[in-house]
Amino acid sequence: MSTRSVILQHFEDVAKEQDKELRPLSDDLPLVDTGLDSLCFAIIVARLEDELGSDPFSTAEDDSFPVTLGDFMRLYEHTAK
Amino acid sequence: MTAVSLSSSLNSAKLSSHRFLADRNTIVPLRDLIRGSSLCSRLDELRGRSALVLTRDQLSAALAMIELDGVCRRLVLWPSDLPAEQVSSILATASIDAIVSDASGVQVDRAVAYFVSSGSHLTPINFRERGSHRTEWILLTSGTTGRPKLVMHTLSTLAAPILAGVTVTRDPIVWTTFYDIRRYGGLQIFLRAILGGGSLVLSGTDESTTEFMIRAGTNGITHISGTPSHWRGALMSGSARRIDPQYVRVSGEIADQRILDDLSQCYPRAKIAHAFASTEAGVAFSVEDGLAGFPTSLIGRPRADVAMRIEDGSLRIRSTRMAVRFLGEGSKSLTDNEGFIDTGDMVERRDNRYYFIGRKDGVINVGGRKVHPEEVESVLNSHPAVQASLAKPRNNPITGAIVVADIVLTDNVTSRIRASKELNSTGALKTELLDFCHRALQPYKVPATFRFVESLAVAASGKLLRRNA
Repeated sequence: MSTRSVILQHFEDVAKEQDKELRPLSDDLPLVDTGLDSLCFAIIVARLEDELGSDPFSTAEDDSFPVTLGDFMRLYEHTAK
Repeated sequence: MTAVSLSSSLNSAKLSSHRFLADRNTIVPLRDLIRGSSLCSRLDELRGRSALVLTRDQLSAALAMIELDGVCRRLVLWPSDLPAEQVSSILATASIDAIVSDASGVQVDRAVAYFVSSGSHLTPINFRERGSHRTEWILLTSGTTGRPKLVMHTLSTLAAPILAGVTVTRDPIVWTTFYDIRRYGGLQIFLRAILGGGSLVLSGTDESTTEFMIRAGTNGITHISGTPSHWRGALMSGSARRIDPQYVRVSGEIADQRILDDLSQCYPRAKIAHAFASTEAGVAFSVEDGLAGFPTSLIGRPRADVAMRIEDGSLRIRSTRMAVRFLGEGSKSLTDNEGFIDTGDMVERRDNRYYFIGRKDGVINVGGRKVHPEEVESVLNSHPAVQASLAKPRNNPITGAIVVADIVLTDNVTSRIRASKELNSTGALKTELLDFCHRALQPYKVPATFRFVESLAVAASGKLLRRNA
């Protein structure tokens, strides 16, 4: 599975677990509009760290926080390379 | 009933020839202590001194403690797992001028103190002169970080919970404990055996749980104590049924309903009790109704020996069993202005019972919301597939920290997963545990990830090893 599809799967799983309605996902969708709250993102980041073996937030040279889903994807894809 | 000193309690009693102290290698009949000494006849040289009991094995320590109580001005107990580099600061803080040692391997500068060697071998003595000291007993607390605290007790504060509840039985009582008797929980059991007319089987350094349980069974133990982690280890080892106790005592960590149920199932004829105690506050109470938590009626009700109150969710205790003070310059006061000790153990009321939910200093902060790892563990441990669990914080860029959990599965489930060809069986179990937690906990308390592990690390104190956040 690609990094992208792994991430999307976690978005769906966590939305379901936390009883949140996930908006249709696209790269330019701001993370705040995905329908997930900060706890959901915290869980996603923790699980991605387990699955992909990396936490790009702690290693990123760039301090800016991802704003859109596309930013979030790129952060992980960039670290995976 | 008060105990003047340990050795006088043995001299004055009509000492049954059946009573003994035993470890892996040696059985010492208590009667032999009336006319024997483990200190190579050098007891008199220790009179009035501040002595550190620095032995590797517990039996040597036990014999020295019986002989030196009332004789020494101060007795400092050294748990064998304490790092050797702590010795010099403890020597200074406790003004130690004598060391009773069995060549434990801990190096001490011999210039600072007087050395007396001990062991489990008794040499004959003609006469034991009564001690005249009200000996200060110094216990070293197992702080997770930094230096251990030195906590001062006396035989009367230590023995108060025992003498309050001594029941005379016709059958000989044989105690054992997973604890080191040089820590508060273990010392209670040692004193229970000595002052309560019983015998004691000591656990061995580096002895496996299975070896220990087999030996305890062979020695016919009737009473046994340990932490929930000790007990989970014993149940997991498959050796728990090697003993047939009448009384099982759980203390030192939160006793959840699952461990109480598991124990009463394993030992149907035993009384299962869980006790609350700390080195500083002493034993506060024990609960024997088989249920987790304790009745609300214990709070606020004035009792002669123990008063308890709850402040900001934390249990505070004032009692005749609490320590005298901390030892050492600049050490903080033991109690608040009204003489209560803050235990730092947090409780929560549900109906007519209080439940321990965790330590004040062990809280995990998930985006500003507080999670007690023990509450999460208690839910996990109630799942039939879970034998033991550890909830802990993991750093998180969004919420600062998030809860994750390590889980030891029961043997049945582990072998079922191994036998299963289905690669997904652990995944399915994780999903099931996740659903299970969601039904019982608020969303921020549910572990974000689960890891299945073979075992969990347990500290020398018998408590689950927690790295504080």
